[in-house]
Amino acid sequence: MRASNVLGLIYASVYDEHISELTSVRASGSVPFGGRYRLIDFPLSAMVNCGITAVGISTKSNYRSLMDHLGSGKPWDLSRKNEGMTILPPFDLAGNGGANRTRLEALEGLLNYISFSNKEYVILADANVVANLDYEAVIDGHIRSGADITICYKHGVKPNLPNLMTFTLDGERITKALINENDKAEKDYSLNILVLSKALLERLVNAAAAAGATDFERDVIAANVGSLFIRGQKIDDFAFIIDSLRTYYDVSMKLVRGDYKALFKKDQPIYTKVRDDMPAIYGISSKAANSLIADGCIIKGTVENSILFRGVYVAEGAVVKNSVLMQDSYISENAKLNCAVLDKNVVIKPNKDLSGAETCPLYIAKDSTV
Amino acid sequence: MKKTECLAMLLAGGQGSRLGILTKQIAKPAVPYGGKYRIIDFPLSNCINSGIDTVGVLTQYQPLELNDYIGNGEAWDLDRRDGGVHVLSPYQQIKGTDWYKGTANAIYQNINFIDRYAPEYVAVLSGDHIYKMDYAKMLAYHKEKNAACTIAMLEVPWEEASRFGLMFVNPDGSISEFEEKPKKPRSNKASMGVYIFTWSKLRAYLIADENNPNSGNDFGHDVIPAMHAAGERMFAYQFDGYWKDVGTIDSLWEANLDLLNPKVDLDLSDDTWKIYSKSAVAPPHFISDKAAVENSMITEGCNISGTVDYSVLFSNVTVEEGATVRYAIVMPGTVIKSGAVVEYAIVAENTVIESGAHVGNSPEEMKDRLEDWGIAVVGENITIGKNAAVYAKQMVDTDVKGEA
Repeated sequence: MRASNVLGLIYASVYDEHISELTSVRASGSVPFGGRYRLIDFPLSAMVNCGITAVGISTKSNYRSLMDHLGSGKPWDLSRKNEGMTILPPFDLAGNGGANRTRLEALEGLLNYISFSNKEYVILADANVVANLDYEAVIDGHIRSGADITICYKHGVKPNLPNLMTFTLDGERITKALINENDKAEKDYSLNILVLSKALLERLVNAAAAAGATDFERDVIAANVGSLFIRGQKIDDFAFIIDSLRTYYDVSMKLVRGDYKALFKKDQPIYTKVRDDMPAIYGISSKAANSLIADGCIIKGTVENSILFRGVYVAEGAVVKNSVLMQDSYISENAKLNCAVLDKNVVIKPNKDLSGAETCPLYIAKDSTV
Repeated sequence: MKKTECLAMLLAGGQGSRLGILTKQIAKPAVPYGGKYRIIDFPLSNCINSGIDTVGVLTQYQPLELNDYIGNGEAWDLDRRDGGVHVLSPYQQIKGTDWYKGTANAIYQNINFIDRYAPEYVAVLSGDHIYKMDYAKMLAYHKEKNAACTIAMLEVPWEEASRFGLMFVNPDGSISEFEEKPKKPRSNKASMGVYIFTWSKLRAYLIADENNPNSGNDFGHDVIPAMHAAGERMFAYQFDGYWKDVGTIDSLWEANLDLLNPKVDLDLSDDTWKIYSKSAVAPPHFISDKAAVENSMITEGCNISGTVDYSVLFSNVTVEEGATVRYAIVMPGTVIKSGAVVEYAIVAENTVIESGAHVGNSPEEMKDRLEDWGIAVVGENITIGKNAAVYAKQMVDTDVKGEA
């Protein structure tokens, strides 16, 4: 078990400002996804499933709901006397305010935590990547290759996020890393999942800090493609970066169109906090098709191509299509919804007819009544 | 240390022999119910919701799965430094080894456990009933009446009364007479198997009962009548919610389908009185565009492409396209393949119903010989072969061969 020699680090608060509708009240790691999960459940479960026993979770701001979700780490079997899960709030490095403004700043703040670990390797992952990857294969590949750093990448149109690297590869070797490349051509872009030795990570972060560098992608990775063996690991599995409400919606819709099997694998379960809802109940003359429906839902109306989180109520005559309804949404009698993303606890009043478009889903904020 | 006012002892050693193959490997309280629960979740959740955080669970028959399920009690918030849930199995003593000879003896053998917490009151609960009840209200009543023993009581339909232990109750709530399962009932006030005792009183009667060589060491038959005969203050506490003894195949099937009946007073979605359980780790269930689901309960991890009507599906059940499930209870992990029909049936865990197989019969189909009609039961981890049949009232726990 090589993974037991790996420390996991998850950025729970990357790119919060980019999916601002969903992250205005929470860190991106605690954005609800897939009917009963939070985004952080995906990298965290992948780490646990490959045998990692120590995981640090780096936070930046608005992390109360994240802490509430993670608790002691018990659902992931990471509530341990030794090791286990550690939530790492921003660390104030001699008066910079502990803002964790960049990935590098966050890492500098984590050096103390990292140095205490007795692991030989570190795997870093972002919470806004929806995937159920076999990290063990990634770690094994890294060790076997003798690379200094392994970065997982995907081929396709680059998500619209600042500082997201695109690569030029020669075989496995990354020969060029660009940041902020902004055209619509298909590229090999980073999924921000990295494996490297702990010693190298410490050395790189210390050196960058000493040089006053501010940017991990530019000053640590791109600057070192010549001097280090930086290896790209191509990922062809279901893996998507959530960079906006639009991609959040698109990736959700991929699930109900059949891709859910690629994300929810029997031998690689996704763990999450338990809510103790009853099973879902379908009423007389309810209709449901192509939908993912969590426990606690009560369906008396019609649901098509939608994801219903725990505790959603769809009343008689209500019609929900192509939508994502987060926890405890309440759709009243004869209301109609199409292409909508409802945040938690939204109430849609009777006979309302609300519709977004596939290219521009309608978002309704947490706790609103429409 | 905080004081334990009331401690609960949960009788969970019963075999539930009338549940046949469903309790071959597990004790009755561990029998799955309601899509994601086991029967014992109800009394355990009632305890924690009523503020009772010290619970002894008395196990004896096939305790492996039950012990495993209860674990450290975390699912019910009963993993406590002080108190919490304790599984109490019969044990060896200097004077020999005894199984729990009866319900009263089971408590007697654990007097040391109870004394450790020095409670003023002890609730004795049965582990095999489905109900939501606030024991705190019953305890308040017990204190108000300054009773030695309070018994929860439910008015049952007269035609069913002869199946129960019955009570005659005075206008002030005190109990004047008991009658155990009489042929011709004169009362319809039935005992629910929920008792609260003042511990000092019960302790003395348990010791006396143990020393009585003629006693069967049973609460209903021995201890309660002895207390009554000695003139102790005994009161009935009226309960009027949903309560069901799921001791038979029929009642287990009915109690599951009761969850689909809006007229039945058992709401599991009530946030103020949650029923806790150990949840399976599974994604939301998926309903494909080939599925037709009505009036059913479906749990996470299910994958439905067939027709499901008036049924309760536990976690990770697969119903393939063209399969029909109606008036059925299907336990975790079972697969129902295309063209198979499962009706008026209980199918246990991880079983495969191959395509074209037919399990159960509807009562309409058998209206000429209704006496032969009953719920069909298919045991766990078996295969019902292609186009094979399991008939009404049949109980199978080995593979049924089908066409090749």
